[in-house]
Amino acid sequence: MSSFIESTIRGFARAFSNSLLAEAAASRPGLLQQLDPRVRLAGIMVLVISTVVCRQIAVIAVLFLLAAGMATASGLPVMLLAKRVWAVILGFTGLIALPALFLTPGDPLLTIPARHLAISSQGLRAAALLVLRVETAATLTTTLVLCTPWTHLLKALRSLHLPAELVVMLAMTHRYVFLLIGTANQMFESRQSRSVGVLSGAEQRKMAARTAGVLLSKSVEMSHEVYLAMLSRGFRGDIHLWTDFRMRVRDYLGLTAFIFAGLVAVWIGR
Amino acid sequence: MDRTVGKLTPTFAGQNVSFSYEGIPAIRELSFQIEPGERIALLGANGSGKSTLLRILDALCFPSSGSVRFRGEPLNQDRLQDQQFALNFRRQVALVFQNPDVQLFNPTVFDEVAYGPLQLQWGREDLVRRVEQMLDFMGISPLKDRPPYRLSGGEKKKVALASVLVLDPEVLLLDEPTATLDPKSQSQVIDLIQQWKGTSKTVVTATHQLETVEDIADRVLVLEAGGVIAAGPPSEILSNPDLLLRANLIHAHRHSHGAVVHSHPHLHGHSRHEHDH
Repeated sequence: MSSFIESTIRGFARAFSNSLLAEAAASRPGLLQQLDPRVRLAGIMVLVISTVVCRQIAVIAVLFLLAAGMATASGLPVMLLAKRVWAVILGFTGLIALPALFLTPGDPLLTIPARHLAISSQGLRAAALLVLRVETAATLTTTLVLCTPWTHLLKALRSLHLPAELVVMLAMTHRYVFLLIGTANQMFESRQSRSVGVLSGAEQRKMAARTAGVLLSKSVEMSHEVYLAMLSRGFRGDIHLWTDFRMRVRDYLGLTAFIFAGLVAVWIGR
Repeated sequence: MDRTVGKLTPTFAGQNVSFSYEGIPAIRELSFQIEPGERIALLGANGSGKSTLLRILDALCFPSSGSVRFRGEPLNQDRLQDQQFALNFRRQVALVFQNPDVQLFNPTVFDEVAYGPLQLQWGREDLVRRVEQMLDFMGISPLKDRPPYRLSGGEKKKVALASVLVLDPEVLLLDEPTATLDPKSQSQVIDLIQQWKGTSKTVVTATHQLETVEDIADRVLVLEAGGVIAAGPPSEILSNPDLLLRANLIHAHRHSHGAVVHSHPHLHGHSRHEHDH
């Protein structure tokens, strides 16, 4: 049995499970879910921009707490955010920010005599600012993505004047990626059911390349068929999208709150 | 296989139609006529040209030689460039693809059923009303916010059907509509096609499931290697085992009765069969 096949199948299963998780979170009643998807998108964008523009760590920390509070009030478990967002971001961004601790000139806070290295207070501030900004922005965007069905998010993007062609491309990519994942999964399962022993590294690479090739040709063939199906139902090159969003009083209030919070954060944290 | 032209202009008329996929012939010198309100079954084994013929009738591909007319008007690429003709044609003729995944390219079931009406620029209120009616009619209202990848095979087929039926087309082209469906869903689809008997709807169904033919068609065209080898009422076609054997729709079934071993044509789909010895 090849561990490569098993881990690939596990990966496919994880992709499906993540998608189901997002759908479940989006359909749960919660703070963000009550708002019009356009308000959620615009509001979160305002807060992300404020986070990036803000220069005060304390203000960004407040924005982070606000994002975490919003996620919790929208039904997202804190542990989920901690595992999937905060820990991952800390690892990646921490690695990027690490040199800033030592390379940023300033007042030394801590010296490592054996290596002639010193952590400056300015370096610590720069690293903390970077990590906190990324954590806050990632928490905000993850909350938006998990609390908004993908279809609503795309339509909200369209209502913010993202080109219809791009929106349709993203929607169809999301639609067919699951079909291709399903097909790839079946191919790997079929291979697994006929495999005995462990495949060598070279064989695993060959199999992965063959699978990718077959999937590519299947997807090209399918894209042609899908185009014919679109033509058959009246597609003439113009894209018409269905949206049934309606702004209510609470949506206007929500949008005002987002803008107010963003402006205050930028003003105080300038 | 040309039929006598009736009083009405035929819905489709093909004259010596041929079509090839990269040099491989799929349809050869085919002539046909389909009258308004007719229910036709295209019967043939895999690769006999059924799906290609449906695509030609839906103007998704065009004959490499020969011609097709739709209600007396030529059905070719030039004609389809005319916005008004194309809009009318797409409103009147609808194709349900064999693979529902090809047809379900929208993010949710509601979007899928609303896609055709949106392209044909229906008014908003009319669109919502008709889409919801269609979802109810097909019994798929609870699925309306689901993405297609979370539907079963039968549900996908129902959504694919709903997505074309919402346009209330006068001509329906169905490519293996009951394939991959469970018995209950199969029977629902057959009931639906039966309902159209005697109405003005023209229904052309490609199938190789002999057991459904009498229910869904008044006339059968048997295809083999891209050509029609027989045409007639279902009872006449289905009672001709030699023809069905030639078209690979049944196979020689070899078995023994005591010491006697013999073979005879075998039709799947029936629970029992009898024959003389």
